[in-house]
Amino acid sequence: MSAMSTISGMAPVTAPRSSTRLRPGTPIAYAVAVVVIILMLAPVVFIIIGGFRTNSELSVDPAGLPAVWNISNYVDVLTGGVFWGEVLNSVIVALATTLGVVVLGLMASYVLARYSFRGRGVLYALFAAGLMFPMTVAITPLYIVVKNLGLMNSLGGVILPQIAFALPTTIIILVPFLRAIPDEIQEAAFIDGCSRLGFFWRMVVPLATPGVITTGILAFIASWNSYLLPLFILNKPAIFTLPLGVQAFSSQYSVDTAKVLAFTALSMIPALLFFAFFERRIVGGLSGAVKG
Amino acid sequence: MTVREAVPVEAGAAAGSATAAAGTTPGTPPGKTGRPTGRATGGPRRRPFNRASRWEVALLVGPALLVFLAFVMFPVVIAAYYGFFSWQGYGTPTDVVGLRNYLTILQDPTFQQALAHNGTILVLSLVFQGPAAIGLALLLNRKLRGQSLIRVLIFVPYVISEVVVGTGWSLILQTNGAFNGLLENLGLGAVAEDWLSNPDIAIWTLMVIITWKYIGFAVILFLAGLQGIPEELSEAASIDGASFWQIQRNITLPLLGPTLRIWAFLSIIGSLQLFDLVYIIWGQYVSSTAGTSTMATYMVANGRNAGNYGYGNAVAVVLFVISLIIALVYQRFILRRDTQGALTDKGNTE
Repeated sequence: MSAMSTISGMAPVTAPRSSTRLRPGTPIAYAVAVVVIILMLAPVVFIIIGGFRTNSELSVDPAGLPAVWNISNYVDVLTGGVFWGEVLNSVIVALATTLGVVVLGLMASYVLARYSFRGRGVLYALFAAGLMFPMTVAITPLYIVVKNLGLMNSLGGVILPQIAFALPTTIIILVPFLRAIPDEIQEAAFIDGCSRLGFFWRMVVPLATPGVITTGILAFIASWNSYLLPLFILNKPAIFTLPLGVQAFSSQYSVDTAKVLAFTALSMIPALLFFAFFERRIVGGLSGAVKG
Repeated sequence: MTVREAVPVEAGAAAGSATAAAGTTPGTPPGKTGRPTGRATGGPRRRPFNRASRWEVALLVGPALLVFLAFVMFPVVIAAYYGFFSWQGYGTPTDVVGLRNYLTILQDPTFQQALAHNGTILVLSLVFQGPAAIGLALLLNRKLRGQSLIRVLIFVPYVISEVVVGTGWSLILQTNGAFNGLLENLGLGAVAEDWLSNPDIAIWTLMVIITWKYIGFAVILFLAGLQGIPEELSEAASIDGASFWQIQRNITLPLLGPTLRIWAFLSIIGSLQLFDLVYIIWGQYVSSTAGTSTMATYMVANGRNAGNYGYGNAVAVVLFVISLIIALVYQRFILRRDTQGALTDKGNTE
């Protein structure tokens, strides 16, 4: 943090470098940014550091630093087996959801963007209407549908509905994207003897990659963090995904606060890494969407 | 759920235009004739294969449509149907109770309280997050050292799952938790409170957590919107002698209007559907005594957890209808401005 504040002292020097924006108060901007970032990160840091402390430390001085950084909580969680099983379940669900959304969404978007046929507008409106039904509203009947399909307590019972609920947003992002592929490319491909399906595989799929990555990342993170649907569908601990696992762990070990903190900290690492890795895509995707 | 909310950014925007497009397209059916003239909305489409093969359409749209109908549309429809039954979730519902479920819901004081909480959360979300996020976005919308790092860090809480956020915050805010410990260390022990269980405070605690979790999303949206505003405008204004704040007030904010309205729409819908955070922090029973229950937690507590699936479905329908009405009213009266040239009619009003 001290590094940040020294930077703010240098800011006026760097300001005229490339930008002509006349904005006063750059040191203030840095100061506010630092305060906000501290507020945003403090709870996260507390969770991570808390995992290195002992319960007696936590009860004597809940907000302090560990006297000795002991890793036993983290080691316990990492060697316990429960954690890894839940990570595996979460990975399977998230990957399958992402794959399903991308494949189905891209195929449907291609038709909606580049074919003209009777009922196209209606079809698009139908998918768009899906945005009006968040999973919260549909969860009770959805549970019944999944149960009647015999998919209770199976990962498929989470994956299929997640694909379905991610489709509207995916289609709405991808359709304009695919529409923007110049007609000339398609004409050229057609003249060269490419069929429409061939055009889809050879041209659309590669050209759509940036949009596909954005929607894929969004679907992956949504699935990774999803709570309500697994809560309804998965009742057996062996098949819990990570969010259910965190909750189960925190009620099972409610007296062992330090261990709960360690478990919680570990469970957010994958999402954070994933986000750090794809941050540009995510933020860029959101930005592009607003501008477009 | 998190990112489902993230996406509708464009979703909200596109849904508006989508309906508009859907409204116009069937009017001028491109259909089988495939004459290029009919495509006023979709841009020029003078390509040789306008005539669609039904087989290809079915092959490509079919799977998506099937999954979508089975897991989104069908459940919504049967929710409306089951809502008329008293049904415990086994076998075929036979015990028709007509509108009794709905009457019970609307007359239940617990539901009314939950609805009121949703309303409070909705208003406070807009009031807290809106100005704060605009201020932050304006502040960060300049060349700063480490700008992308700042953006990433502000966005971090948004990426973390609600379960982690809820578990972490409830440990921090419990009576002998870290926050009270921190106050104690700072010599402010007298301020320490039961942040989660005191019914006078709990909803404000919830608002702080909600703001913390979702403000990064608003800031990122607004920053994106700000970057779409041509720099020349503020340059010209500053040459003409406008102050920084005049520029923000008279140029930037009006031009940010569409982004603001979409964000507000998403925030409203999110507030009405709020479930995860409340359910994880307060559990299914405490939330109503702490004054933080929402319609969705009411639905789960009185539907699934009570084994009353008919009743739960009826609550879902009520929740949906309320959301739908608010969404339609919002689209009709507020988002509409964006579909008809936001730039032209706003110069006078703001």
